[in-house]
Amino acid sequence: MDSKNILEASGLNHWFGTGDARKQALFDVNLTLRRGSFTVLMGPSGSGKTTVLTLVGCLRAVQDGQVTLLEQQLNGASEAELVALRRRLGFIFQAHNLHESLTATQNVVMGLQMHRGVSDAQAQHAAVHALGLVGLSDRVGYMPGNLSGGQKQRVAVARALVGNPALVLADEPTAALDKDSAAEVVDLLKRMGAARGTTTLLVTHDNRILDRADRILTLEDGRIVRIEDRG
Amino acid sequence: MSRLLQAIFGRLPIGWLQLTHNRTRFAAALAGVAFANVLVFVQLGIMNSMGAATLRPYEFFQADIMISAGDSNAMTDGGNVARQWLLQAMADPDVTDGMGLFLANVAWDRGEKDISLSTFGVDPVKPGFINPAIAGDLALLEVQDATILDRLARGLTKEEAAGVRPQTPLAFEAQGRTLVAYTTFAGGGGFGGDGYMFVSDQTFLSLFPARSSAAPDHILLKLRPGANVEAAIARLGRLISDPSLRIRSFAQAAQDDLTYQQTRRPTGIIFGFGVLIGVLVGLVIVYQVLSTDVADHLREYATFKAMGYGPGFFLGVVFEEALVLGIMGFIPGLIVGTGILTLMGKITTLPLGMSVSMAVSVFIGTVVFSALSGAIATRRLAAADPADLF
Repeated sequence: MDSKNILEASGLNHWFGTGDARKQALFDVNLTLRRGSFTVLMGPSGSGKTTVLTLVGCLRAVQDGQVTLLEQQLNGASEAELVALRRRLGFIFQAHNLHESLTATQNVVMGLQMHRGVSDAQAQHAAVHALGLVGLSDRVGYMPGNLSGGQKQRVAVARALVGNPALVLADEPTAALDKDSAAEVVDLLKRMGAARGTTTLLVTHDNRILDRADRILTLEDGRIVRIEDRG
Repeated sequence: MSRLLQAIFGRLPIGWLQLTHNRTRFAAALAGVAFANVLVFVQLGIMNSMGAATLRPYEFFQADIMISAGDSNAMTDGGNVARQWLLQAMADPDVTDGMGLFLANVAWDRGEKDISLSTFGVDPVKPGFINPAIAGDLALLEVQDATILDRLARGLTKEEAAGVRPQTPLAFEAQGRTLVAYTTFAGGGGFGGDGYMFVSDQTFLSLFPARSSAAPDHILLKLRPGANVEAAIARLGRLISDPSLRIRSFAQAAQDDLTYQQTRRPTGIIFGFGVLIGVLVGLVIVYQVLSTDVADHLREYATFKAMGYGPGFFLGVVFEEALVLGIMGFIPGLIVGTGILTLMGKITTLPLGMSVSMAVSVFIGTVVFSALSGAIATRRLAAADPADLF
């Protein structure tokens, strides 16, 4: 594996269902992500973007092909190894998925608490700092129900980045946001990622954010049909 | 509370925060757990009171050995014992004294409602067989138709009981005779009667002319100090030629009675089932609350799974919720349960009330069964698949 790459996937095939209902979702997908890059994976609905994201994010088992993430083979990795790898990733979801019972700070603390050796005080301090970086210093004690859509997604960004992940996987993070909020979130993601050397793989079909990408991969019918390097 | 739990678990108290986020639902859940606790407390209280009420008459006597009929499962059950065995038993070198004990229920005719008194016919010149609290007054029974009355008997007012003194005796009608109570003792209502009464064996036989002085209900024996009770029982077994008789230590007879009441009498079995049902109700309530909570937060749990939280974390959250519900539901359950038992005890004069051991055992049971409910509810966590989040 090239040390400049954080992820290498080759000959990736994936199927869903069994028997007559078995359907192939990915066809011979080859993909590399360079350290610190900001890559956008786009394509129409059903093209296989999410499947790629779940495979790279260690949320599904690799069926066919090779995937090396953070210098570790995902093929045949145990559940414990996959869980350990996931702790080095940051996830941002379309629906932000904040915990409704936790304050903004507590939600961000959850992005740190799975790491051993982080004290409560350190986690609290880091969470408040991360919320400050995303412009929510005045909302640290707010419950998600009292935040706007854009603010919630910024909390989700803070939660994903607070643990200094090697790779951030973002799934349509701007889908539910207006134009200004969408630009704000993506800029934030790119700026903070660049400052921390974090690699980002962002799945979207939002053309408004393409100009922020270092690289654009286009997926259609389970195949990568175009790779555009812009960095 | 949040800080305390954070210190205990070493992480954010997600379970506590989840439960308290919807306060109305949390209050309803606590009320459910408290209700189950009250159910268990009341059933357990009645069951324990049955035990205490069963053992109470044994506390009125002091004996080492009791000889009863073969079919005598309880003090109030079974046939008679021939007095000749008392004389036979006295031949044993360790037996120092013996007394026939007569026992029957006497209905005190009070007009609209009778008082049923479990009545002991005893030898008034043998105070050594009677609890010292009563023995001092035993000589009063040498007068025909004299009684020592239970001042805690159901239906007897405090004022009436307080007025009973040798100087101001209380005369009353029972079994067609006029009895005279010269003093009182602290007994209390039981399941077989409203209270107790002591009379002399002669008065007893006057009340029940069909009974014979040659056939008491039980024979009580006293041994010389330091004598081996079991060895004496074995010798008496050989000495007394009726093999159908039950010759037991007095303590063993009390224990046998208790076991019989709790395991073979319908009341004991019913109260036992009541406790079981209370436990099951609590189990179902806690499971339902936890299971619904897990289902409501599947998306959040899936998010945490994606972030790298392992199964231990989720088990910990559900157990945290189970413990919070169990502990916080126990407190109102204890308060209400104590109130109900105290009230029932006052009304029935049964030995009903909250005891430390009962509170501790129900608390431990609540925590254990809450944790068990939590363990069952965690099965639903398997449905939280982080891949479904995308």
